[in-house]
Amino acid sequence: MKFTKDHEWVNVTPESGGNEAFVGITAYAAEALGDVVFVEVPEVGKVLKKGDSFAVVESVKAASDVYAPVSGEVIEANDLLSSAPETINAVPEAGGWIAKIKLADASELDGLMDRAAYEAYLATL
Amino acid sequence: MPENQSHSDSLKNTPLFDQHVALGGQMVPFAGYNMPVKYEGVLAEHKWTRVEAGLFDVSHMGQARLSGEGAIAVLEALTPTDFAILPQGKQKYSLLLNEEGGILDDWMVSRPFAEGFMLVVNAACKDQDFDIIADFIANDETGADVEFEVLTDRALLALQGPRAKDVMTELCPAATEMYFMECGTFELLGEVAYISRSGYTGEDGFEISFPAARVADLWDELLSNPIVKPIGLGARDSLRLEAGMPLYGHEMDAGYTLVESNLGFAMNKSRLTRGDIRGIDRLRAQLDGKLDRVRVAIRVLEGPPAREGARIVSENGAELGVVTSGVPSPSLGYSIAMGYVPPAASAIGTRLKLETRGRQYAAEIVSLPFVANGYHRKPKA
Repeated sequence: MKFTKDHEWVNVTPESGGNEAFVGITAYAAEALGDVVFVEVPEVGKVLKKGDSFAVVESVKAASDVYAPVSGEVIEANDLLSSAPETINAVPEAGGWIAKIKLADASELDGLMDRAAYEAYLATL
Repeated sequence: MPENQSHSDSLKNTPLFDQHVALGGQMVPFAGYNMPVKYEGVLAEHKWTRVEAGLFDVSHMGQARLSGEGAIAVLEALTPTDFAILPQGKQKYSLLLNEEGGILDDWMVSRPFAEGFMLVVNAACKDQDFDIIADFIANDETGADVEFEVLTDRALLALQGPRAKDVMTELCPAATEMYFMECGTFELLGEVAYISRSGYTGEDGFEISFPAARVADLWDELLSNPIVKPIGLGARDSLRLEAGMPLYGHEMDAGYTLVESNLGFAMNKSRLTRGDIRGIDRLRAQLDGKLDRVRVAIRVLEGPPAREGARIVSENGAELGVVTSGVPSPSLGYSIAMGYVPPAASAIGTRLKLETRGRQYAAEIVSLPFVANGYHRKPKA
């Protein structure tokens, strides 16, 4: 699993041969947002550039954009989040995934942090 | 995703800063103060206040005392309220107006003591408000005796919720004899407390003005009761929105009048008859129907929560106005909002659309408040 400074994660599925990945927000982000009450997931087929806002996560207090950690095409959205948005708080780095993306350029992953680097980054905040 | 919250040195703290941090409060800048936006979580805090008792530190708000024979004249010159008829022991919602009748702030004005009035004003407006009052007194040529004192040595707590009275029964039973919008001076933990039965949640509750030097003791004492939990600004906002209460800087500012903002209850008929209200010609014209917009309550029927700034359009796409506050209502399970539309589109049941992130979603005008209030009102005789 790789991480961004904006607190998104990307997890390449082994069975895809490194071409597909789940993306979501980190436990740190979910905790900071508080109770998630609404999630706007991207439409399947949407083509994302790294850094694009591709989803919105809303707490009682505010709406927060989620930025694409990598470029690619949305091949699946987590529809569970429309009926159970609180899944993001419960399991942000697993069942609370937001979308599955077909990677446009797997080398973008090299620019992201691994778990240890992300945790070191969190310690500076 | 969430921005890193930096704590600027220029921000002020309330006397309870250490308590908030110790309780795990997430501190954010608000109106020049470090304030707790949440402790346990907005949703849990909101729901707790609706069934038990929530404790809010609102010491950032401005408190002042105005007394002397000229006090009523000062208040009436600046507001649309008749203060001559406000007896000791009562509190009144009022508005600070500019010369054009625009709203500069909203106030709670009470008479908890014989000598005069107590003002509670918004934190973001307090410097402006107190300057306006001091300037008015300095330029007053009637020679009437007026004393104006900003109470910087007092903190303010709000205890809100259906069980707030049970908590107060143990600490200050005399205060529980008050009804909604009554106030008085009480002894609490050996100190002088000005307490009113009011609040900003729609629930029964108390607001307690207490010496800042000892407010930590009162805070700890209140929290020692398991009925009481600390509540942050996040839930304060969702609670007041459900209660249909406007927030200065959102539902109103200098660009709005009390007629537009649907706050006519701050104005007394006697003042309207006398015609000595700032901006009276404009207010009368609006009351006669020359009104372009009015504050309404909106229920979102589909899609995401509508937030401040969302466009309001009619079902056939005509521009109507803008949302001034919106929240996914924790009590109701759907999203609610307040905003401004032309009077012709303000009837309850009117269907309209709210635009969020470029898409329009169905909504409907409903009545205020969204959630029925739980005030301890005096029974009608």
